[in-house]
Amino acid sequence: MLVAFYILGIVSVLGALALVLVPSPVYCALALVASFFAMGAIFILLNQEFVAAIQILVYAGAIMVLFLFVIMLLNLRSDEPYAVRWNLRRVVGVAIVLGILSQLVAVFSAPAAKLGPDGGYPLERIMKEGAAQVVGGLLFTQYVLPFEVIAVLLMVAVMGAVLIAKRPPGDGPASGSSSGPKEGG
Amino acid sequence: MIPVAHVLTLSAALFAIGVAGVLVRRNAIVIFMCVELMLNAVNLAFVGFAYGMQSMVGVMVVFFVLVIAAAEAVVGLAIMLQIFRNRGTLNVEEMNLLKW
Repeated sequence: MLVAFYILGIVSVLGALALVLVPSPVYCALALVASFFAMGAIFILLNQEFVAAIQILVYAGAIMVLFLFVIMLLNLRSDEPYAVRWNLRRVVGVAIVLGILSQLVAVFSAPAAKLGPDGGYPLERIMKEGAAQVVGGLLFTQYVLPFEVIAVLLMVAVMGAVLIAKRPPGDGPASGSSSGPKEGG
Repeated sequence: MIPVAHVLTLSAALFAIGVAGVLVRRNAIVIFMCVELMLNAVNLAFVGFAYGMQSMVGVMVVFFVLVIAAAEAVVGLAIMLQIFRNRGTLNVEEMNLLKW
């Protein structure tokens, strides 16, 4: 199981690196999908099958398809052979990122780091009740207020997206049947 | 039993790669995908903590993060569509209208 975790971790890191280093946006999106799949498998190894299913469905299935649609719609091409044109600012940025990474790893792997008290959901209980049932029960009892708030947020986001992406009437070539070449008049 | 520190280290590595992508790339859509990668790395950290502490709080937060990520992707992509219609490019180096 530990070996599987390491293999999947390497796959997800390679996918993430490909996302940063590949020039073409379509290949970037596919690399990110591979990374998301590896992370979903890691969620299964961590005993959260329901999170893994939602991860594959929502991230790899819905969000990345949306990204690919937009990339196709805009017909983005990568004219340059390199994804990154290095200059001083970018080198400094990567150095800062390496600093953040070393700090995080130092904190996470410090011998003094201890986890908090037991949360009351051991693996046996989750296996017995079922991960989806546990999540659903918590979502509709203890977390019902954030659930409602986030439903409103999602609806506002959808309406905002429609409003922002809408073409103003009578603008551009693809705004309905009335926009053909007008003759006479 | 997977050590929690290893899960967290993997999550930190993915997060750092995401930050590097945001800082280094020029295509706005790829920058956006790097933000999604960062959100997912945080999800991995939450699930790792939930696994180590035998708790469900982290798992619940993951679902809320997922919804936020979906909403953010939808609105952000709509904005990028409009920017591309208006300016004909998604190169962030050419979007300097508000830069002094």
